[in-house]
Amino acid sequence: MPVLVIAEHDNQALKPATLNTITAALAIDAEVAVLVAGYGCGGVSQSAAVIAGVDRVLLCDHESYLHPLAENLADLIAAIAGGYTHVLAPASTFGKNVLPRLGALLDVSPISDIVAVQSPDTFVRPIYAGNAMATVKTSDQKILVTARPTAFAAASAEGGAAAVEAVEPAAEPGDRVRFVGQELTRSERPELTSARVVIAGGRGLGSSENFKLIEELADKLGAAVGASRAAVDAGYVPNDYQVGQTGKVVAPELYIAVGISGAIQHLAGMKDSKVIVAINKDEDAPIFQVADYGLVGDLFDALPKLSAALD
Amino acid sequence: MKILVPVKRVIDYNVKVRVRQDGSGVETVNVKMSMNPFDEIAVEEAIRLQEAGRAEEIVAISIGAPQCQETIRTALAMGADRGILVETEQDLEPLGVSKVLRECVDRESPDLVIMGKQAIDDDCNQTAQILAGLLDWPQGAFASTLKFSDGRVDVTREIDGGLETLSLLLPAVISADLRLNEPRYVKLPNIMKAKKKPLDTIPIEELGIDVAPRVSTIKVEEPPARSGGIMVASVEELVDKLKNDAKVI
Ligand SMILES: Cc1cc2nc3c(=O)[nH]c(=O)nc-3n(C[C@H](O)[C@H](O)[C@H](O)COP(=O)(O)OP(=O)(O)OC[C@H]3O[C@@H](n4cnc5c(N)ncnc54)[C@H](O)[C@@H]3O)c2cc1C
Repeated sequence: MPVLVIAEHDNQALKPATLNTITAALAIDAEVAVLVAGYGCGGVSQSAAVIAGVDRVLLCDHESYLHPLAENLADLIAAIAGGYTHVLAPASTFGKNVLPRLGALLDVSPISDIVAVQSPDTFVRPIYAGNAMATVKTSDQKILVTARPTAFAAASAEGGAAAVEAVEPAAEPGDRVRFVGQELTRSERPELTSARVVIAGGRGLGSSENFKLIEELADKLGAAVGASRAAVDAGYVPNDYQVGQTGKVVAPELYIAVGISGAIQHLAGMKDSKVIVAINKDEDAPIFQVADYGLVGDLFDALPKLSAALD
Repeated sequence: MKILVPVKRVIDYNVKVRVRQDGSGVETVNVKMSMNPFDEIAVEEAIRLQEAGRAEEIVAISIGAPQCQETIRTALAMGADRGILVETEQDLEPLGVSKVLRECVDRESPDLVIMGKQAIDDDCNQTAQILAGLLDWPQGAFASTLKFSDGRVDVTREIDGGLETLSLLLPAVISADLRLNEPRYVKLPNIMKAKKKPLDTIPIEELGIDVAPRVSTIKVEEPPARSGGIMVASVEELVDKLKNDAKVI
Protein backbone atom coordinates (compact mmCIF):
# COMPACT_ATOMS: atom_id res chain seq x y z
CA MET A 1 0.00 0.00 0.00
CA PRO A 2 1.22 3.51 -0.78
CA VAL A 3 1.99 6.41 1.53
CA LEU A 4 -0.27 9.47 1.57
CA VAL A 5 1.12 13.00 1.84
CA ILE A 6 -1.20 15.85 2.74
CA ALA A 7 -0.31 18.83 0.57
CA GLU A 8 -0.07 22.24 2.21
CA HIS A 9 -1.16 25.04 -0.10
CA ASP A 10 -3.25 28.22 -0.28
CA ASN A 11 -5.42 27.13 -3.25
CA GLN A 12 -2.99 28.98 -5.52
CA ALA A 13 0.34 27.29 -4.97
CA LEU A 14 1.88 24.42 -3.06
CA LYS A 15 3.87 25.40 0.03
CA PRO A 16 7.49 24.30 -0.36
CA ALA A 17 7.26 22.18 2.82
CA THR A 18 5.11 19.75 0.83
CA LEU A 19 8.15 18.91 -1.31
CA ASN A 20 10.26 18.10 1.75
CA THR A 21 7.47 15.94 3.14
CA ILE A 22 7.34 14.00 -0.12
CA THR A 23 11.04 13.21 0.28
CA ALA A 24 10.32 11.88 3.78
CA ALA A 25 7.49 9.78 2.33
CA LEU A 26 9.77 8.36 -0.37
CA ALA A 27 12.17 7.26 2.37
CA ILE A 28 9.31 5.12 3.71
CA ASP A 29 7.92 3.69 0.47
CA ALA A 30 8.47 4.13 -3.25
CA GLU A 31 4.77 4.60 -3.87
CA VAL A 32 3.53 8.04 -2.83
CA ALA A 33 0.14 9.68 -3.29
CA VAL A 34 -0.61 13.33 -2.53
CA LEU A 35 -3.94 14.71 -1.31
CA VAL A 36 -4.78 18.23 -2.43
CA ALA A 37 -7.88 19.35 -0.55
CA GLY A 38 -9.04 22.91 -1.08
CA TYR A 39 -11.38 25.04 -3.13
CA GLY A 40 -10.48 26.20 -6.60
CA CYS A 41 -7.21 24.34 -6.18
CA GLY A 42 -7.09 22.49 -9.51
CA GLY A 43 -3.85 24.28 -10.41
CA VAL A 44 -2.27 23.06 -7.19
CA SER A 45 -3.17 19.48 -8.06
CA GLN A 46 -1.46 19.96 -11.44
CA SER A 47 1.72 21.14 -9.71
CA ALA A 48 1.54 18.17 -7.35
CA ALA A 49 1.16 15.77 -10.28
CA VAL A 50 4.52 16.74 -11.79
CA ILE A 51 6.55 16.42 -8.59
CA ALA A 52 9.18 13.72 -9.08
CA GLY A 53 8.26 10.53 -7.24
CA VAL A 54 4.53 11.18 -6.91
CA ASP A 55 2.37 8.36 -8.33
CA ARG A 56 -1.08 9.66 -7.75
CA VAL A 57 -2.79 12.91 -6.83
CA LEU A 58 -6.13 12.94 -5.06
CA LEU A 59 -8.02 16.17 -5.58
CA CYS A 60 -10.86 17.18 -3.29
CA ASP A 61 -12.05 20.52 -4.61
CA HIS A 62 -14.96 21.71 -2.46
CA GLU A 63 -15.88 24.83 -0.56
CA SER A 64 -15.63 23.05 2.81
CA TYR A 65 -11.89 23.05 2.22
CA LEU A 66 -11.48 26.69 1.19
CA HIS A 67 -9.65 27.20 4.49
CA PRO A 68 -7.54 24.42 5.97
CA LEU A 69 -9.76 23.75 9.00
CA ALA A 70 -8.57 20.78 11.03
CA GLU A 71 -12.11 19.54 11.68
CA ASN A 72 -12.98 19.26 7.99
CA LEU A 73 -9.63 17.98 6.82
CA ALA A 74 -9.32 15.31 9.49
CA ASP A 75 -12.77 13.95 8.57
CA LEU A 76 -11.83 13.85 4.90
CA ILE A 77 -8.45 12.19 5.43
CA ALA A 78 -9.96 9.65 7.83
CA ALA A 79 -12.41 8.66 5.10
CA ILE A 80 -9.65 7.87 2.60
CA ALA A 81 -6.81 6.78 4.90
CA GLY A 82 -7.83 3.12 4.65
CA GLY A 83 -5.86 2.67 1.44
CA TYR A 84 -2.53 3.86 2.85
CA THR A 85 0.06 2.57 5.30
CA HIS A 86 1.19 6.04 6.37
CA VAL A 87 -0.17 9.57 6.33
CA LEU A 88 2.42 12.34 6.36
CA ALA A 89 2.13 16.10 6.67
CA PRO A 90 4.72 18.84 7.09
CA ALA A 91 5.56 19.74 10.70
CA SER A 92 4.21 23.25 10.08
CA THR A 93 1.33 24.90 11.92
CA PHE A 94 -0.88 23.35 9.22
CA GLY A 95 0.32 19.77 9.72
CA LYS A 96 0.55 20.07 13.50
CA ASN A 97 -3.04 21.25 13.62
CA VAL A 98 -4.55 18.54 11.43
CA LEU A 99 -2.59 15.33 11.96
CA PRO A 100 -3.16 14.79 15.70
CA ARG A 101 -6.90 15.25 15.19
CA LEU A 102 -6.72 12.58 12.52
CA GLY A 103 -4.93 10.40 15.08
CA ALA A 104 -7.97 10.66 17.33
CA LEU A 105 -10.30 9.59 14.53
CA LEU A 106 -8.14 6.61 13.54
CA ASP A 107 -7.02 5.67 17.08
CA VAL A 108 -3.39 6.14 16.13
CA SER A 109 -0.62 7.72 18.18
CA PRO A 110 0.95 10.30 15.85
CA ILE A 111 4.69 10.90 15.65
CA SER A 112 5.62 14.57 15.54
CA ASP A 113 8.42 16.39 13.79
CA ILE A 114 10.58 13.53 12.53
CA VAL A 115 14.05 14.36 11.20
CA ALA A 116 14.97 10.92 9.86
CA VAL A 117 13.30 7.70 8.67
CA GLN A 118 15.13 4.59 9.88
CA SER A 119 12.58 2.11 8.65
CA PRO A 120 8.87 2.32 7.85
CA ASP A 121 7.99 2.15 11.56
CA THR A 122 11.08 3.72 13.15
CA PHE A 123 11.89 7.41 13.16
CA VAL A 124 14.23 9.92 14.78
CA ARG A 125 12.82 13.04 16.38
CA PRO A 126 14.17 15.81 18.59
CA ILE A 127 12.91 16.13 22.18
CA TYR A 128 13.68 18.71 24.88
CA ALA A 129 14.17 21.54 22.42
CA GLY A 130 16.57 19.45 20.39
CA ASN A 131 18.85 18.75 23.35
CA ALA A 132 18.24 15.05 22.77
CA MET A 133 17.34 12.93 19.77
CA ALA A 134 14.94 10.03 20.31
CA THR A 135 14.66 7.01 18.06
CA VAL A 136 11.08 5.80 18.31
CA LYS A 137 9.29 2.76 16.94
CA THR A 138 5.54 2.55 16.58
CA SER A 139 3.34 -0.52 16.77
CA ASP A 140 0.34 1.21 15.19
CA GLN A 141 -1.01 -0.45 12.05
CA LYS A 142 -1.48 2.89 10.37
CA ILE A 143 1.28 5.40 10.93
CA LEU A 144 0.82 9.17 11.18
CA VAL A 145 3.88 11.38 10.95
CA THR A 146 4.70 15.07 10.66
CA ALA A 147 8.09 15.66 9.04
CA ARG A 148 10.39 18.58 9.84
CA PRO A 149 10.86 20.28 6.45
CA THR A 150 14.46 21.38 7.06
CA ALA A 151 15.51 17.78 7.73
CA PHE A 152 14.53 16.48 4.28
CA ALA A 153 15.67 17.82 0.92
CA ALA A 154 12.93 19.16 -1.33
CA ALA A 155 11.65 16.68 -3.92
CA SER A 156 12.12 17.96 -7.45
CA ALA A 157 9.06 19.99 -8.46
CA GLU A 158 9.27 18.61 -11.99
CA GLY A 159 9.74 15.31 -13.69
CA GLY A 160 6.68 13.42 -12.49
CA ALA A 161 3.54 12.56 -14.40
CA ALA A 162 0.95 11.40 -11.90
CA ALA A 163 -2.72 11.00 -12.68
CA VAL A 164 -5.12 13.31 -10.82
CA GLU A 165 -8.30 11.71 -9.52
CA ALA A 166 -11.18 13.41 -7.79
CA VAL A 167 -12.27 12.32 -4.31
CA GLU A 168 -15.62 13.01 -2.71
CA PRO A 169 -15.78 15.54 0.12
CA ALA A 170 -16.58 14.16 3.57
CA ALA A 171 -19.87 15.15 5.21
CA GLU A 172 -20.20 18.88 5.74
CA PRO A 173 -19.39 20.06 9.23
CA GLY A 174 -22.00 22.81 9.50
CA ASP A 175 -21.59 25.89 11.61
CA ARG A 176 -19.37 24.64 14.42
CA VAL A 177 -16.28 26.27 13.01
CA ARG A 178 -16.40 29.49 11.02
CA PHE A 179 -13.45 31.09 9.37
CA VAL A 180 -13.40 34.75 10.41
CA GLY A 181 -10.24 36.15 8.87
CA GLN A 182 -6.54 36.12 8.35
CA GLU A 183 -3.78 38.63 8.84
CA LEU A 184 -0.90 37.35 6.81
CA THR A 185 2.46 39.05 7.03
CA ARG A 186 3.28 40.40 3.59
CA SER A 187 6.85 40.46 2.54
CA GLU A 188 8.84 40.58 -0.66
CA ARG A 189 11.60 38.65 1.05
CA PRO A 190 12.05 34.90 0.81
CA GLU A 191 10.02 32.67 3.09
CA LEU A 192 11.76 32.16 6.43
CA THR A 193 11.86 28.37 6.54
CA SER A 194 13.17 27.89 3.01
CA ALA A 195 15.45 30.95 2.65
CA ARG A 196 19.12 30.45 1.79
CA VAL A 197 20.12 33.22 4.21
CA VAL A 198 18.33 34.26 7.40
CA ILE A 199 19.19 37.28 9.46
CA ALA A 200 17.55 37.35 12.87
CA GLY A 201 17.31 40.03 15.50
CA GLY A 202 16.74 39.81 19.23
CA ARG A 203 15.96 41.99 22.19
CA GLY A 204 19.26 43.74 21.58
CA LEU A 205 17.66 45.61 18.68
CA GLY A 206 15.64 47.59 21.20
CA SER A 207 12.75 48.69 18.94
CA SER A 208 10.87 47.90 15.77
CA GLU A 209 12.39 51.06 14.31
CA ASN A 210 15.86 49.59 14.79
CA PHE A 211 14.81 46.37 13.06
CA LYS A 212 15.19 48.39 9.84
CA LEU A 213 18.93 47.81 10.23
CA ILE A 214 18.25 44.08 9.99
CA GLU A 215 15.87 44.53 7.06
CA GLU A 216 18.33 46.66 5.14
CA LEU A 217 20.98 43.99 5.50
CA ALA A 218 18.47 41.27 4.59
CA ASP A 219 17.63 43.04 1.35
CA LYS A 220 21.29 43.22 0.40
CA LEU A 221 21.75 39.52 1.03
CA GLY A 222 18.41 38.40 -0.37
CA ALA A 223 17.73 37.05 3.10
CA ALA A 224 14.63 36.32 5.15
CA VAL A 225 14.19 38.09 8.50
CA GLY A 226 13.75 36.12 11.72
CA ALA A 227 13.61 37.01 15.39
CA SER A 228 13.89 35.69 18.92
CA ARG A 229 10.83 35.32 21.10
CA ALA A 230 11.88 38.36 23.12
CA ALA A 231 11.84 40.51 19.98
CA VAL A 232 8.40 39.21 19.01
CA ASP A 233 6.97 39.59 22.52
CA ALA A 234 8.25 43.16 22.61
CA GLY A 235 6.32 43.82 19.40
CA TYR A 236 9.35 44.64 17.25
CA VAL A 237 8.22 42.17 14.57
CA PRO A 238 5.18 39.91 13.87
CA ASN A 239 4.78 36.54 15.59
CA ASP A 240 5.55 34.53 12.48
CA TYR A 241 9.16 35.77 12.57
CA GLN A 242 9.88 33.73 15.70
CA VAL A 243 12.60 31.12 15.33
CA GLY A 244 12.91 28.42 17.98
CA GLN A 245 11.55 25.44 19.86
CA THR A 246 8.05 26.79 19.69
CA GLY A 247 8.38 28.95 16.60
CA LYS A 248 9.87 28.12 13.23
CA VAL A 249 12.74 25.76 12.59
CA VAL A 250 15.18 27.00 9.99
CA ALA A 251 18.38 25.55 8.55
CA PRO A 252 19.68 28.03 5.97
CA GLU A 253 23.17 28.10 4.51
CA LEU A 254 23.83 31.24 6.52
CA TYR A 255 22.16 32.37 9.76
CA ILE A 256 23.16 35.70 11.24
CA ALA A 257 22.00 36.21 14.85
CA VAL A 258 22.14 39.82 15.97
CA GLY A 259 21.52 40.87 19.57
CA ILE A 260 20.28 37.38 20.44
CA SER A 261 21.66 35.74 23.59
CA GLY A 262 21.20 32.14 22.42
CA ALA A 263 18.73 30.58 24.87
CA ILE A 264 18.23 26.85 24.24
CA GLN A 265 14.70 27.57 23.04
CA HIS A 266 16.14 29.80 20.32
CA LEU A 267 19.01 27.45 19.43
CA ALA A 268 16.44 24.67 18.90
CA GLY A 269 15.20 26.52 15.85
CA MET A 270 18.47 27.39 14.13
CA LYS A 271 21.38 25.24 15.23
CA ASP A 272 21.21 23.04 12.13
CA SER A 273 22.06 26.04 9.95
CA LYS A 274 25.17 25.44 7.86
CA VAL A 275 27.07 28.58 8.84
CA ILE A 276 26.12 30.59 11.93
CA VAL A 277 27.29 34.15 12.57
CA ALA A 278 26.67 35.81 15.93
CA ILE A 279 26.97 39.51 16.67
CA ASN A 280 26.59 40.33 20.35
CA LYS A 281 28.18 42.80 22.73
CA ASP A 282 28.43 40.21 25.50
CA GLU A 283 31.37 37.91 24.86
CA ASP A 284 29.87 35.31 27.21
CA ALA A 285 26.55 35.08 25.33
CA PRO A 286 25.73 31.38 24.73
CA ILE A 287 25.05 32.08 21.06
CA PHE A 288 28.83 32.14 20.53
CA GLN A 289 29.00 28.45 21.48
CA VAL A 290 27.15 27.49 18.30
CA ALA A 291 28.58 30.24 16.07
CA ASP A 292 31.08 29.54 13.32
CA TYR A 293 31.99 33.22 13.28
CA GLY A 294 31.49 35.37 16.34
CA LEU A 295 31.86 39.13 16.50
CA VAL A 296 31.83 40.79 19.91
CA GLY A 297 30.60 44.32 19.53
CA ASP A 298 27.76 46.79 19.46
CA LEU A 299 25.25 45.85 16.79
CA PHE A 300 24.51 49.50 16.11
CA ASP A 301 28.09 49.86 15.05
CA ALA A 302 28.44 46.50 13.27
CA LEU A 303 25.22 46.42 11.20
CA PRO A 304 25.79 49.66 9.25
CA LYS A 305 29.39 48.59 8.58
CA LEU A 306 28.23 45.20 7.40
CA SER A 307 25.65 46.77 5.09
CA ALA A 308 28.27 49.13 3.69
CA ALA A 309 30.72 46.27 3.13
CA LEU A 310 28.15 44.48 0.98
CA ASP A 311 27.55 47.38 -1.39
CA MET B 1 -18.85 28.51 32.04
CA LYS B 2 -16.83 25.70 33.53
CA ILE B 3 -13.23 25.32 32.39
CA LEU B 4 -10.96 22.30 32.55
CA VAL B 5 -7.22 23.00 32.43
CA PRO B 6 -4.85 20.06 32.04
CA VAL B 7 -1.36 20.72 33.47
CA LYS B 8 1.82 18.70 32.97
CA ARG B 9 4.84 18.37 35.23
CA VAL B 10 8.01 18.73 33.17
CA ILE B 11 11.70 19.46 33.64
CA ASP B 12 11.97 23.21 34.25
CA TYR B 13 12.68 25.16 31.08
CA ASN B 14 15.85 26.65 32.58
CA VAL B 15 17.46 23.25 33.17
CA LYS B 16 20.08 22.12 30.69
CA VAL B 17 18.90 18.56 30.13
CA ARG B 18 21.48 15.79 29.98
CA VAL B 19 21.12 12.56 28.08
CA ARG B 20 21.67 9.45 30.23
CA GLN B 21 24.80 7.47 29.47
CA ASP B 22 22.81 4.30 28.76
CA GLY B 23 20.66 6.03 26.13
CA SER B 24 17.43 5.28 27.98
CA GLY B 25 16.32 8.89 28.26
CA VAL B 26 17.36 12.13 29.92
CA GLU B 27 18.53 12.60 33.50
CA THR B 28 15.60 13.36 35.81
CA VAL B 29 17.15 12.62 39.21
CA ASN B 30 17.64 15.80 41.29
CA VAL B 31 16.39 17.94 38.43
CA LYS B 32 14.07 20.88 39.01
CA MET B 33 10.54 20.18 37.84
CA SER B 34 7.86 22.77 37.05
CA MET B 35 4.55 23.22 35.35
CA ASN B 36 4.92 23.18 31.55
CA PRO B 37 5.18 26.90 30.65
CA PHE B 38 2.41 26.70 28.05
CA ASP B 39 0.08 25.16 30.65
CA GLU B 40 0.77 28.10 32.94
CA ILE B 41 -0.47 30.34 30.15
CA ALA B 42 -3.59 28.16 29.88
CA VAL B 43 -4.24 28.38 33.65
CA GLU B 44 -3.72 32.15 33.54
CA GLU B 45 -6.24 32.51 30.71
CA ALA B 46 -8.84 30.50 32.62
CA ILE B 47 -8.33 32.65 35.71
CA ARG B 48 -8.68 35.85 33.71
CA LEU B 49 -11.97 34.54 32.31
CA GLN B 50 -13.13 33.86 35.85
CA GLU B 51 -12.04 37.32 36.98
CA ALA B 52 -13.96 38.79 34.05
CA GLY B 53 -17.08 36.97 35.25
CA ARG B 54 -17.12 34.53 32.33
CA ALA B 55 -16.18 31.38 34.20
CA GLU B 56 -17.65 29.94 37.37
CA GLU B 57 -15.31 27.08 38.03
CA ILE B 58 -11.79 26.09 36.98
CA VAL B 59 -10.69 22.50 37.43
CA ALA B 60 -6.98 21.74 37.05
CA ILE B 61 -6.12 18.19 36.11
CA SER B 62 -2.84 16.33 35.85
CA ILE B 63 -2.02 12.76 34.91
CA GLY B 64 1.04 11.09 36.32
CA ALA B 65 2.98 10.25 39.46
CA PRO B 66 1.94 11.52 42.93
CA GLN B 67 4.42 14.42 42.55
CA CYS B 68 2.09 15.92 39.95
CA GLN B 69 0.06 17.11 42.94
CA GLU B 70 2.65 19.90 43.21
CA THR B 71 1.84 20.99 39.68
CA ILE B 72 -1.87 20.98 40.47
CA ARG B 73 -1.20 22.96 43.68
CA THR B 74 0.59 25.56 41.57
CA ALA B 75 -2.50 25.87 39.40
CA LEU B 76 -4.66 26.14 42.54
CA ALA B 77 -2.34 28.82 43.94
CA MET B 78 -2.66 30.75 40.69
CA GLY B 79 -6.45 30.64 41.14
CA ALA B 80 -7.95 27.35 39.94
CA ASP B 81 -10.73 26.11 42.23
CA ARG B 82 -10.15 22.42 42.44
CA GLY B 83 -7.78 19.72 41.26
CA ILE B 84 -7.87 16.16 39.97
CA LEU B 85 -4.86 13.89 39.79
CA VAL B 86 -5.24 10.78 37.66
CA GLU B 87 -2.47 8.76 39.19
CA THR B 88 -0.17 6.50 37.21
CA GLU B 89 3.54 5.71 37.24
CA GLN B 90 3.42 4.90 33.55
CA ASP B 91 4.58 7.45 30.96
CA LEU B 92 1.58 8.15 28.77
CA GLU B 93 1.81 9.40 25.22
CA PRO B 94 -0.50 12.19 24.00
CA LEU B 95 -3.10 9.69 22.73
CA GLY B 96 -3.33 8.03 26.16
CA VAL B 97 -3.42 11.39 27.93
CA SER B 98 -6.21 12.52 25.62
CA LYS B 99 -8.24 9.39 26.35
CA VAL B 100 -7.96 10.01 30.08
CA LEU B 101 -8.91 13.66 29.55
CA ARG B 102 -11.92 12.65 27.48
CA GLU B 103 -13.11 10.54 30.39
CA CYS B 104 -12.62 13.50 32.73
CA VAL B 105 -14.55 15.73 30.33
CA ASP B 106 -17.38 13.19 30.35
CA ARG B 107 -17.46 13.28 34.15
CA GLU B 108 -17.02 17.04 34.59
CA SER B 109 -18.91 18.40 31.55
CA PRO B 110 -16.87 21.58 31.07
CA ASP B 111 -17.76 24.15 28.39
CA LEU B 112 -14.13 24.72 27.56
CA VAL B 113 -10.81 22.92 27.84
CA ILE B 114 -7.75 25.18 27.68
CA MET B 115 -4.32 23.60 27.63
CA GLY B 116 -0.75 24.33 26.53
CA LYS B 117 0.00 23.88 22.83
CA GLN B 118 3.08 21.80 23.49
CA ALA B 119 4.90 20.19 26.40
CA ILE B 120 8.54 21.26 26.45
CA ASP B 121 9.77 17.75 27.27
CA ASP B 122 8.49 15.58 24.41
CA ASP B 123 7.68 18.61 22.19
CA CYS B 124 4.79 16.64 20.65
CA ASN B 125 2.21 19.42 20.20
CA GLN B 126 -0.66 16.91 19.92
CA THR B 127 -2.81 16.53 23.02
CA ALA B 128 -5.28 19.39 22.49
CA GLN B 129 -5.93 18.41 18.89
CA ILE B 130 -6.33 14.70 19.75
CA LEU B 131 -8.68 15.50 22.62
CA ALA B 132 -10.79 17.71 20.35
CA GLY B 133 -10.93 14.88 17.82
CA LEU B 134 -11.94 12.29 20.43
CA LEU B 135 -14.69 14.55 21.75
CA ASP B 136 -15.70 15.67 18.27
CA TRP B 137 -15.39 19.28 19.48
CA PRO B 138 -14.02 22.21 17.49
CA GLN B 139 -10.38 23.05 18.16
CA GLY B 140 -8.53 26.33 18.41
CA ALA B 141 -4.87 25.38 18.39
CA PHE B 142 -2.01 27.88 19.03
CA ALA B 143 -4.28 30.60 20.38
CA SER B 144 -3.02 34.12 20.95
CA THR B 145 -6.36 35.84 21.68
CA LEU B 146 -9.78 34.58 22.82
CA LYS B 147 -13.05 36.52 22.61
CA PHE B 148 -16.30 35.02 23.90
CA SER B 149 -19.85 35.87 22.86
CA ASP B 150 -23.16 34.04 22.42
CA GLY B 151 -21.94 30.53 23.08
CA ARG B 152 -19.03 30.90 20.71
CA VAL B 153 -15.40 31.84 21.00
CA ASP B 154 -13.32 33.73 18.47
CA VAL B 155 -9.82 32.29 18.55
CA THR B 156 -6.92 34.11 16.94
CA ARG B 157 -4.29 31.52 16.10
CA GLU B 158 -0.58 31.91 15.47
CA ILE B 159 0.03 30.28 12.10
CA ASP B 160 3.15 30.13 9.95
CA GLY B 161 2.10 33.02 7.72
CA GLY B 162 0.77 35.29 10.47
CA LEU B 163 -2.56 35.15 12.30
CA GLU B 164 -5.87 33.43 11.61
CA THR B 165 -9.16 33.91 13.41
CA LEU B 166 -11.79 31.18 13.73
CA SER B 167 -15.16 31.28 15.46
CA LEU B 168 -15.84 28.05 17.36
CA LEU B 169 -19.11 26.83 18.82
CA LEU B 170 -18.71 25.87 22.49
CA PRO B 171 -17.84 23.44 23.93
CA ALA B 172 -14.37 23.56 22.38
CA VAL B 173 -10.73 22.76 23.04
CA ILE B 174 -8.19 25.60 22.96
CA SER B 175 -4.41 25.29 23.01
CA ALA B 176 -2.42 28.25 24.30
CA ASP B 177 0.49 29.81 22.45
CA LEU B 178 3.12 32.06 24.02
CA ARG B 179 1.40 35.37 23.40
CA LEU B 180 -2.03 34.53 24.84
CA ASN B 181 -1.03 36.23 28.11
CA GLU B 182 1.77 36.56 30.63
CA PRO B 183 1.13 34.30 33.62
CA ARG B 184 1.07 35.90 37.06
CA TYR B 185 3.52 35.16 39.82
CA VAL B 186 2.03 33.15 42.61
CA LYS B 187 1.86 35.03 45.93
CA LEU B 188 2.72 33.32 49.20
CA PRO B 189 -0.73 33.68 50.83
CA ASN B 190 -2.24 32.05 47.76
CA ILE B 191 0.12 29.11 48.12
CA MET B 192 -1.20 28.67 51.66
CA LYS B 193 -4.80 28.96 50.48
CA ALA B 194 -4.18 26.47 47.70
CA LYS B 195 -3.32 23.80 50.27
CA LYS B 196 -6.91 23.89 51.47
CA LYS B 197 -8.50 23.62 48.04
CA PRO B 198 -9.91 20.18 47.13
CA LEU B 199 -7.66 17.81 45.19
CA ASP B 200 -9.06 14.39 44.31
CA THR B 201 -6.88 11.50 43.31
CA ILE B 202 -8.17 8.83 40.93
CA PRO B 203 -6.02 5.76 40.24
CA ILE B 204 -5.86 5.41 36.47
CA GLU B 205 -7.04 1.78 36.64
CA GLU B 206 -10.40 3.01 37.95
CA LEU B 207 -11.08 4.66 34.60
CA GLY B 208 -10.78 1.39 32.70
CA ILE B 209 -9.08 3.04 29.71
CA ASP B 210 -6.50 1.34 27.50
CA VAL B 211 -3.49 3.64 27.69
CA ALA B 212 -0.86 1.10 26.65
CA PRO B 213 1.83 2.95 24.67
CA ARG B 214 1.93 2.51 20.90
CA VAL B 215 5.28 4.16 20.44
CA SER B 216 8.39 2.86 22.19
CA THR B 217 11.63 4.75 22.57
CA ILE B 218 14.52 2.67 21.32
CA LYS B 219 17.24 5.07 22.31
CA VAL B 220 17.92 8.67 23.23
CA GLU B 221 21.16 10.31 22.12
CA GLU B 222 22.94 13.64 22.24
CA PRO B 223 22.33 15.68 19.12
CA PRO B 224 25.31 15.97 16.77
CA ALA B 225 27.68 18.64 18.13
CA ARG B 226 28.65 21.63 16.02
CA SER B 227 32.34 21.93 15.33
CA GLY B 228 33.96 24.88 17.08
CA GLY B 229 33.91 28.30 15.50
CA ILE B 230 36.23 31.26 15.60
CA MET B 231 35.96 34.84 16.83
CA VAL B 232 36.57 37.60 14.34
CA ALA B 233 37.95 40.99 15.32
CA SER B 234 36.12 43.22 12.86
CA VAL B 235 33.29 43.46 10.35
CA GLU B 236 35.90 43.45 7.57
CA GLU B 237 37.31 40.14 8.78
CA LEU B 238 33.80 38.70 9.07
CA VAL B 239 32.93 39.64 5.50
CA ASP B 240 36.23 38.21 4.28
CA LYS B 241 35.59 34.87 6.04
CA LEU B 242 32.03 34.63 4.75
CA LYS B 243 33.15 35.37 1.20
CA ASN B 244 36.37 33.42 0.98
CA ASP B 245 36.27 30.63 3.59
CA ALA B 246 32.61 29.77 4.06
CA LYS B 247 31.67 31.02 0.58
CA VAL B 248 28.11 31.80 1.64
CA ILE B 249 27.87 35.40 0.44
C1 LIG C 1 8.08 27.73 26.76
C2 LIG C 1 9.09 28.64 26.14
C3 LIG C 1 9.22 28.64 24.78
C4 LIG C 1 10.14 29.48 24.17
N1 LIG C 1 10.26 29.44 22.81
C5 LIG C 1 11.17 30.26 22.22
C6 LIG C 1 11.35 30.25 20.80
O1 LIG C 1 10.70 29.49 20.06
N2 LIG C 1 12.26 31.10 20.27
C7 LIG C 1 13.02 31.97 21.03
O2 LIG C 1 13.83 32.73 20.47
N3 LIG C 1 12.86 31.99 22.36
C8 LIG C 1 11.95 31.18 22.97
N4 LIG C 1 11.79 31.26 24.33
C9 LIG C 1 12.47 32.36 25.07
C10 LIG C 1 13.93 32.12 25.39
O3 LIG C 1 14.02 31.40 26.60
C11 LIG C 1 14.64 33.48 25.56
O4 LIG C 1 14.00 34.22 26.57
C12 LIG C 1 14.68 34.33 24.29
O5 LIG C 1 15.16 33.55 23.21
C13 LIG C 1 15.59 35.52 24.50
O6 LIG C 1 15.57 36.37 23.37
P1 LIG C 1 16.82 37.32 23.09
O7 LIG C 1 18.04 36.50 22.92
O8 LIG C 1 16.44 38.24 21.99
O9 LIG C 1 16.87 38.23 24.40
P2 LIG C 1 17.94 38.27 25.56
O10 LIG C 1 18.17 36.94 26.16
O11 LIG C 1 17.53 39.39 26.44
O12 LIG C 1 19.28 38.65 24.81
C14 LIG C 1 19.53 39.89 24.21
C15 LIG C 1 20.97 39.85 23.75
O13 LIG C 1 21.26 41.03 23.04
C16 LIG C 1 22.57 41.44 23.37
N5 LIG C 1 22.62 42.88 23.12
C17 LIG C 1 21.90 43.88 23.73
N6 LIG C 1 22.21 45.07 23.19
C18 LIG C 1 23.13 44.85 22.23
C19 LIG C 1 23.86 45.70 21.35
N7 LIG C 1 23.66 47.03 21.33
N8 LIG C 1 24.75 45.14 20.50
C20 LIG C 1 24.97 43.79 20.51
N9 LIG C 1 24.31 42.94 21.33
C21 LIG C 1 23.41 43.47 22.18
C22 LIG C 1 22.74 41.09 24.82
O14 LIG C 1 24.12 40.96 25.14
C23 LIG C 1 21.98 39.77 24.90
O15 LIG C 1 22.85 38.68 24.68
C24 LIG C 1 10.91 30.37 24.95
C25 LIG C 1 10.78 30.36 26.34
C26 LIG C 1 9.89 29.51 26.94
C27 LIG C 1 9.77 29.52 28.42
